Amino acid sequence: MTIDAATVRKVAKLARIAEPEERLDGLAHELNGIMKWIEQLAEVDTKDVEPMTSAVHQTLPMRDDIVTDGARPEQVLSNAPRADRGFFVVPKVVE
Amino acid sequence: MSELTRLTLSAALEGLHSGKFSAVELTRAHIDAIDAVNAKLNAYLVTTPERALSAAAESDARRAKGEARPLDGAPIGVKDLFCTDGVRTTAGSKILGDFVPPYESSVTANLWRDGAVMLGKLNMDEFAMGSSNETSAFGPVVNPWRAKGSNRSLTPGGSSGGSAAAVAADLCLAATASDTGGSIRQPASFTGTVGIKPTYGRCSRYGMVAFASSLDQAGPITKSVRDAALMLSSMSGHDPKDSTSLDVETPDFAAFVGRSVKGLKIGVPREYRMDGMPEEIAKLWEAGVEWLRAAGCEIKEISLPHTKYALPAYYIIAPAEASSNLARYDGMRFGHRGQGGSLTEVYENSRAEGFGEEVKRRILIGTYVLSAGYYDAYYLKALKVRRRIAEDFEAAFSQVDAILTPTAPSAAFPLGEKQDDPVAMYLNDVFTVTTNLAGLPGLSLPAGLDGQGLPLGLQLIGRALDEGTLFSLAGVMEEAAGFTARPDHF
Repeated sequence: MTIDAATVRKVAKLARIAEPEERLDGLAHELNGIMKWIEQLAEVDTKDVEPMTSAVHQTLPMRDDIVTDGARPEQVLSNAPRADRGFFVVPKVVE
Repeated sequence: MSELTRLTLSAALEGLHSGKFSAVELTRAHIDAIDAVNAKLNAYLVTTPERALSAAAESDARRAKGEARPLDGAPIGVKDLFCTDGVRTTAGSKILGDFVPPYESSVTANLWRDGAVMLGKLNMDEFAMGSSNETSAFGPVVNPWRAKGSNRSLTPGGSSGGSAAAVAADLCLAATASDTGGSIRQPASFTGTVGIKPTYGRCSRYGMVAFASSLDQAGPITKSVRDAALMLSSMSGHDPKDSTSLDVETPDFAAFVGRSVKGLKIGVPREYRMDGMPEEIAKLWEAGVEWLRAAGCEIKEISLPHTKYALPAYYIIAPAEASSNLARYDGMRFGHRGQGGSLTEVYENSRAEGFGEEVKRRILIGTYVLSAGYYDAYYLKALKVRRRIAEDFEAAFSQVDAILTPTAPSAAFPLGEKQDDPVAMYLNDVFTVTTNLAGLPGLSLPAGLDGQGLPLGLQLIGRALDEGTLFSLAGVMEEAAGFTARPDHF
């Protein structure tokens, strides 16, 4: 399987990264180089192997469902590109 | 250079304790050193001298009252991956160019609790994605070491290149760093410093800018093995704010340095003897084996058969996790916001403008391997290979107590040399990435110089939560290596 410009265009769209048309071929070439190197994983026999999803044997800890933090709107908004009267200001979402 | 900045963390704490100098004097010496050479090395992105001097004065006051804490008055540097309350934190990225966290990471909070003094924030590869510091949006860090008779600027390694260079150049007594595939150990090896990535879950990830959450671990870079033990004891500890933080006691790691290692079994994995390994690295590895043998260890050849698959598996798992983690940078709540006619365009332009090339490349790979039709073939396959690698270590640790390997496949290389070949750059982590996948502790210590006069490191890998044994072994090796070379060329 090879990654072509159309695949890069689709993946970039999924990743929400604007990639200009003229870069797509170059990116496809780069990504192919990396994916080709990764293909060697096919050599490993992984029949009946459980996927390893955590680096440590641990059960997820539970805690009481209570509020532990909050009521700091100024701090929450302190890094916002735009904010107004306690709200984030974002581009129009619904036309 | 002031004599005070040449001290190890341990010696500086001793000097503070005995009243030879004050924390303010020690801090002032480091601030002067940073002012003198940081422009050449580009190690610090932000310096906080006023804050440092006032913290040092508070430390002196505590000490005068007999209330000194474990690291009281020790000036240290912080990798710009750790959120610091009120001090700009960028993770080396333009997308966070003006981000000022309103909260403190748990690891740095632990260090301040113990009396450490922050000198500033240290440069790094963007989002810790890189092995040479060249992906930083703020320009690469320059290694204070140079090859004999050469003026060429070398990489300090990455991603914790700023941390490693600052420690090597005496611009702090010690530094925090982080390691997802080798980002503490490879820079330590390239700069003649000590670095340890502890067991996954030993240090809290709260307030540490995320790259690949199942692999990221904080750890220190220091001038000596004992210093690393002191720093790690302070940085570690259970934190309810990180669900993967282990609820275990933190040992006094420094107590392990200097202990006998007689009778310990050390594994030497045959798969790490790679084709094309420089002769000098093979020789140094052999010397390391002999030091441990002389100290009474039993040396065994072992096999870690899936070693060669670790890097390809990592380059599926880490980008997959990164593509998900970095989805938060959408220009809405914090970070750079671009322009656009629609919401989607604003997202796309914010991210295109804010992220650098390597970060984009990894997000694209991660998105690709997680996308419909490829998830099983790539992502699930990589998670299965990851288990195979962890099983290799389990089998090995039924026969041995620790494993000795080289840290990196080369010494520091010239800036610019590998920038155009991603896979060649990725191969820097060939010896270190396995422990991230398995969640095990790995320590790098300087073992000698190559023919060009550049430092080379050896790596010790231990059982989960057995950093103590690594500190004992590293202490013995440090003494045997007698590594006293210094980078005096900057």
